[in-house]
Amino acid sequence: MRDVAIVSVAQSDFVRALTRRNEVEMIQPVIQQAFDQIGATIADIDFTVSGSSDYLAGQAFSFVMTLDAVGAWPPISESHVEMDGAWALYEAWIKIQAGHADTALIYGYSKASPGDLPRVLSRQLDPYYYAPLWPDSVAMAGLQARQMLDRGAITEAEMAGIAHRNREAARSNPHAQVKGSKTVEELLAEDYLSDPLRTHDCPPISDGGTAVIIAAGDKAREWAKRPAWIRGIDHRVDSHSFGTRDLTRAPSIAKAAEKAGVHDGPIDVAEVHAPFSHQEKIVRNELGLGDGVAVNPSGGALAANAVMAAGLIRLGEVANRIMSGEANRGVAHATGGQLLQQNLVAVLEGE
Amino acid sequence: MSPADNDRTIAQLPDGLWSQPAVTVPDLGDVEPVQRLRLPASMTYRYNPGLSQTRYLRGLEQKKIIGERSSDNPDVYVPSRGMNPTEGTPTTEQVEVGPKATISSFCVVHIGFGVNAPPTPFVSALILPDGAAVSLYGTLLEVPIEDVRIGMRVEPVWVADDQLAPSSENITHWRPIDEPDVPAELLKGHM
Repeated sequence: MRDVAIVSVAQSDFVRALTRRNEVEMIQPVIQQAFDQIGATIADIDFTVSGSSDYLAGQAFSFVMTLDAVGAWPPISESHVEMDGAWALYEAWIKIQAGHADTALIYGYSKASPGDLPRVLSRQLDPYYYAPLWPDSVAMAGLQARQMLDRGAITEAEMAGIAHRNREAARSNPHAQVKGSKTVEELLAEDYLSDPLRTHDCPPISDGGTAVIIAAGDKAREWAKRPAWIRGIDHRVDSHSFGTRDLTRAPSIAKAAEKAGVHDGPIDVAEVHAPFSHQEKIVRNELGLGDGVAVNPSGGALAANAVMAAGLIRLGEVANRIMSGEANRGVAHATGGQLLQQNLVAVLEGE
Repeated sequence: MSPADNDRTIAQLPDGLWSQPAVTVPDLGDVEPVQRLRLPASMTYRYNPGLSQTRYLRGLEQKKIIGERSSDNPDVYVPSRGMNPTEGTPTTEQVEVGPKATISSFCVVHIGFGVNAPPTPFVSALILPDGAAVSLYGTLLEVPIEDVRIGMRVEPVWVADDQLAPSSENITHWRPIDEPDVPAELLKGHM
């Protein structure tokens, strides 16, 4: 295996609706910042890959248009995934492992504001049996929370506690959309949105994006004083047929964690992609994180949740803490689809 | 192509361009096969064109074709999406281009697509506005088809003033003007 590290991370501020800029105008400054931080240009990059979805902004081939932000001339080696940018990073990592590249630019972004996101996300479902019923993403998450509550796997107070902790942590994240929280008691006194979920249990709807640069071996050491080495990365999937799943669990996370080597050493920091409060407990359990691990110091997806970027940002947030020396070994988790269906786990470590 | 096919859509052509083998249905015994599902879906979006395209569309509203360029490259892009795509840098300067322009490529359309297509046959063309680095797409009318050629000089025909809107439909079509052709050599890199 080649040593590959994250060397640069940039992200936009996340907002409910970025109405003045189009997607390329939104993501270009983020990509530029990722380059500027290490003094690189597109000419230094062997492979470029993005994660986005045309369904979000309602624009066909939106990822082709955002390539305008990269400076793809002379023609570059490029790819795209209709998934969170974390999976784009996985593709780039594979490309480097295969010896086809030494450096890669990865970015993920979305503007969900032009559409009705909970309905748009229902288009991810099985097109014949689920999608025609238009279940919105909040109602779907409610099914999962209900199973957990009825089984005693979580309480509403725990859920409020998770929301409170994430949003209080987001106070120190300059890019977060929702910073700070009412007290747990105040949160529990509020009305339900989709019973058993209250507003605080749900992620904000966000416009924004993130860009990450990775590099192999000496190139990584040249670009970063303390690169965040990707010691393991793996992604797995649970059934998309929800009726067959125990929704209180996500075995694909445990499997990916095992394959990525989460348990091979101590973990200082974890950034998990849990858009709904109760999902953080599932992810935490499946990753086997101990009580001493700081989870989501950035505020996580409950503080900013740009679809197709929120998973890649988890890798970026862990990488930033390793590059700064604040942490030594961390785990990042990204999810895709509904109800923690697809999951990616990466272990990042300092030298 | 027989003349009778000129006004038909491709999907209606006999043995259409996308002809496929006959559909086979597995043997389900006494169960009547379901061969079709009706799954209607629609979603509404509120589109934001962004900074650069807004300037382009507002220009069209005043019968102006506004291109943009970045500080590190002389090429003027029209319509701009806000970036110089070869540099990956923001376009910060607005430049009015045209309205006079040059045909950089064309195609004679015999089978019409779309609700606004003129009667067939007609000419669709790539049109390079003076001062721009890239061509716009448009329909060329008011000229016999056999006279159309690359390098031909043209101008836009606008909708009536009371119908001007922030829309590409403000230019109904393009038509020739009495100017010498631009040599193909000068269109290199733009066609």
